[in-house]
Amino acid sequence: MSVEFTLDGEPVMARVGDTVATALLVAGAGATRTTPVSGAPRAPYCMMGVCFECLVVIDGVADRQACMVKVRPGMQVRRQTGGAEL
Amino acid sequence: MPTVYDLVVIGGGPAGLAAATQGASLRLSTLLLDEQTEVGGQIYRAVGSTPLRNPAIVGPEYQRGRELARDFAASGAEYRGGATVFDITPDRFIGYEREGTAHFVQARRIVLATGALERPFPIPGWTLPGVMTAGAAQILLKSAGVVPGRRTVLAGTGPLLYLLAAQLVRSGHPVQALLDTAEGANYVRALADLPRALKRASYLAKGLGLIRALRRAGVRHVTGVTDISAQGSDWITSVSYRCGPRKATLETDTLLLHQGVVPNIQLTQALRCEHRWDEAQLCWKPVTDLWGDTSVSGVAVAGDGSGIGGAIAAEHRGRISAIAAGWHLQRIDAAERDRMAAQSIKALGRELAIRPLLDRLYRPADRLRIPDGEATLVCRCEEVTMGDVRRSVELGCTGPNQLKAFVRAGMGPCQGRLCGLTVCEAIAKERNVAPAEVGYYRLRPPVKPIALGALAAMTPPEPEAELGQSDTNKKRAESVPATSLERIS
Repeated sequence: MSVEFTLDGEPVMARVGDTVATALLVAGAGATRTTPVSGAPRAPYCMMGVCFECLVVIDGVADRQACMVKVRPGMQVRRQTGGAEL
Repeated sequence: MPTVYDLVVIGGGPAGLAAATQGASLRLSTLLLDEQTEVGGQIYRAVGSTPLRNPAIVGPEYQRGRELARDFAASGAEYRGGATVFDITPDRFIGYEREGTAHFVQARRIVLATGALERPFPIPGWTLPGVMTAGAAQILLKSAGVVPGRRTVLAGTGPLLYLLAAQLVRSGHPVQALLDTAEGANYVRALADLPRALKRASYLAKGLGLIRALRRAGVRHVTGVTDISAQGSDWITSVSYRCGPRKATLETDTLLLHQGVVPNIQLTQALRCEHRWDEAQLCWKPVTDLWGDTSVSGVAVAGDGSGIGGAIAAEHRGRISAIAAGWHLQRIDAAERDRMAAQSIKALGRELAIRPLLDRLYRPADRLRIPDGEATLVCRCEEVTMGDVRRSVELGCTGPNQLKAFVRAGMGPCQGRLCGLTVCEAIAKERNVAPAEVGYYRLRPPVKPIALGALAAMTPPEPEAELGQSDTNKKRAESVPATSLERIS
């Protein structure tokens, strides 16, 4: 059973029950954020909510751990670039 | 919904499940708070819902999780999944966030069962996309039935790494190589632990069987690896290693690192429990008595969080801590407590008999815990290098908390989970003192991030002290045994 979400506006298919991090890895999305300190590319590391590398924007809310959130239909995921802009 | 429970268990793995099941069987009002949305923790992740058509790939031990889950479901204990604990007060109010709202619930006794996390593995390039932990690969396998990468390389040491290799082989996934960093000298040192370990001879045999299976499957098993580094720009493209005088490079798209697991001490540190440095397991662990009780009144730890012992040991510790909670709450007397716990205590002893051997055999090498390279990242979040740490110590920095002020190590979102041990040992090495003297990061709530909106949406709990006599009678009628209304303050 599949569910569709968008990554930076592009449609991506995922398996129902998969986390966003799993879906991004399976889809070959590559780096899922760049760091605030140096802009270095990062992607999920631990898959269990400990490393905080998999931070992405989900439905407009930043710094969501992709490995802790299950994909929902129509979910809008965006890669985070750098730090927050206030 | 009640706001006070006799027993709140935090964590849905084997220790938590066993503790909550035991607590409910003692007729304690019991709540299990689980960050995941289904029980199992990490070792039994997705055991109830795995999409794996052939769960035998994971190994026979995985099915134990189904039994624990079934017993828990039948126990009468309450389950609240998707609940991320961010705070525990000294009065045992537990703050957790669930579906965007913060809640507080009070516990007369708490059992922390938040398990373990992977030991940091700071090699050059470890922050590259495509580098993950062995645990991450097991989670992908169990919860999604996928294996990462097409030219996977495994690196490190420890039983979980060999288990993962066997799981990948069984799943038909090509494993290019296992770069084994176990130090040869460990095998000689470990001989002293062998007699005790033979109490769990079946475990040893299983380990040897795994290694034979890898060889039969044609996985290159490179032993005596001393240095590893990952290369790539936006994703890993190769991994280099040194083995004796030989250097080699393998092209890869996925590097899975593992050199053991360590207790998750975030909540016990935030609670200001006393901790001690364990030189055999090279980690900090909360000081607990044989019942799992910490130095903080009302708070016990069960499972790998009190010291790495594995999944079966975690179950026994869970049961022991819940039985002790029953005694603390005066539902059972000391004789009953001792009688009920005797079998679990004995079984726990048998499970732990193999640990000294495993700890010695798979002791992670010094230079893979404390990197040599100046440019190697120690704190991933704040991108602090080993060189930054050395220079800080040269400038007079004496410990991890001072280091925060010098270079921000430990101040990123992971709150030291991936750098705390490295920083402690690195400073100890630079200062030429014991890690026990250097200490650990001071951790403060929130222990997991919490949005202001979630706090704003919170309904404050009713303190139990406000319950009148009529409410006490109502509680009796609901077949929850009346407690002597101890003041929780």
